Amino acid sequence: MKAMNNNEINNVFALERLKAEFTDKILTSDEPFGLLTIEVPAAAAHEIVQWLKEDQVLRVDFLTNIAGVHYPTAENREFAVVYQLHSLVHNLRIRVKAFVPLSNPSILSLTDIYSGANWMERETFDFYGIQFINHPNLMRILNEEDMDYHPMRKEYQLEDATRMDKDNRFFGRE
Amino acid sequence: MSEFKQNTKPAVSLSQETIDGDIATLNLGPTHPATHGIFQNILQVDGEKILSSEQTVGYIHRAFEKIAERRPYYQITTLTDRLNYCSSPINNIGYVLAVEKLLQLEVPKRVDYMRVIMMELARIADHLICNSVTGVDTGALTGFTWVFIQREKIYELYEEVCGARLTTNMGRIGGFERDFTPAFHTKLQAFLKDFPKVFNQFDGLLSRNRIFMDRTIGTGAISAERALNYSFTGPNLRATGVDYDVRVMNPYCSYEDFDFDVPVGTDGDTYDRFQVRQEEIRQSLRIIQQAYDNLPEGPYHADVPEFYLPPKEAVYNEMEALIYHFKIVMGETPVPVGEVYSSVEGGNGELGFYLISHGDRSPYRLQFRRPSFIYYQAYPEMITGQTISDAVLTLSSMNIIAGELDA
Repeated sequence: MKAMNNNEINNVFALERLKAEFTDKILTSDEPFGLLTIEVPAAAAHEIVQWLKEDQVLRVDFLTNIAGVHYPTAENREFAVVYQLHSLVHNLRIRVKAFVPLSNPSILSLTDIYSGANWMERETFDFYGIQFINHPNLMRILNEEDMDYHPMRKEYQLEDATRMDKDNRFFGRE
Repeated sequence: MSEFKQNTKPAVSLSQETIDGDIATLNLGPTHPATHGIFQNILQVDGEKILSSEQTVGYIHRAFEKIAERRPYYQITTLTDRLNYCSSPINNIGYVLAVEKLLQLEVPKRVDYMRVIMMELARIADHLICNSVTGVDTGALTGFTWVFIQREKIYELYEEVCGARLTTNMGRIGGFERDFTPAFHTKLQAFLKDFPKVFNQFDGLLSRNRIFMDRTIGTGAISAERALNYSFTGPNLRATGVDYDVRVMNPYCSYEDFDFDVPVGTDGDTYDRFQVRQEEIRQSLRIIQQAYDNLPEGPYHADVPEFYLPPKEAVYNEMEALIYHFKIVMGETPVPVGEVYSSVEGGNGELGFYLISHGDRSPYRLQFRRPSFIYYQAYPEMITGQTISDAVLTLSSMNIIAGELDA
């Protein structure tokens, strides 16, 4: 079987359409390994994901996953919430990134658009402490409830941080 | 004292119906023989009928995503074994494909075909477990014992390729650790010859069995709209009638070379999920047959000395091989900076690897898109209004694997 590929709906077309609708809300765009990646303000992420779902041309109506990423050195954009969306009709994937600051790591929940976002957001909250506003049941999911930190943050080292044998400096990198 | 009482929530809040004995709370799990894994479901039941349920997950959470941030790339394959442990080779090869995509590495055609054979064998093993256990949950144990002999044969094939059975750690960055052995060829040919016969007998036990059909049709159904809204993928989505298959939509490992069908159901119930998996087993056999018949000659790994361990004799006799060996084992080969999402069609659906590399010895972030984790949140919706025994059946037909659920 051959993959269905609609040649008209591609990354360039999708990006132009997004830019026409949200002029100043597409902060950056990129195409790492062919996957259209856009950065949007955290306040606009919900609106853009909803628009992508409802738009009858792009029909990006499948939420593949949500990932949190921690960048401890990036000031006021310490956490990234990465949404990967997929248009099953056009086989077009879009990655939407929104950055939130450590001081107020909060973003609107997508649970009103995608039921599947529920546990993905709970997982992201559990591991990174990102608050999803309007989430119906934002509590820890994989870790125990009385844990008082968010373990995937970079400050929690997996091994003894003083261990020297795996230090980058010994391999000419720093 | 009265003030103190006001600030304390009662430990258990009981509704009037519960006090009257109309509604009971039932803990199904965490360890219950019918759940085939560590799943806790707190059910509110009226007699035998389920009114609502709440799940607790995370009992075997092992922090794989955190551990992966500290391990060199080649050591992460062992973590992926333990996700969906019913089809470890798919996880292993899926991860290796993500790394190869990051390295922009081309592998020989033979490697693609070898990988396809191993992944489809794993899919057969995975679906066999799911379907035979669904049979067990309806009271039919015979089919289960029958196909487990064949699953054993698949595990013997794994052993020929990687030496392990369950946690296979199969495949390397660039290809395979060794070529298919002569014993593998003999065993695979025997399997391809014997399996269809046994499988048809198994199919005959259940597919058109009146009792099985009565028990499974309409049990744990979900509509295509709801399934898509819950981000379902794989057999559970296809049972609702949506023909999304990663192998067809975004072919990897030369899947475009093979002729196979994507079976779909109509109602998204337990019977459709069973039938979709049954048909997928047949299609997997077709793919294996095609890949094996057309297995190209050539090397079984790509020529990437930076990532593929040199042969032991070379390590002891050649300076260069020794250096590469050391660098690979210490995990000190530079990896490009980049951001990759790569997915494969796992036993349960789209198994994705979201990998961010900052050029260090370990990934900066590696996230697993685990289909079981995403499916399982739809479970309450699927069992509300059904009976407890239907809930057990729905759980086994969804093929929730605890390892994949909890990562």
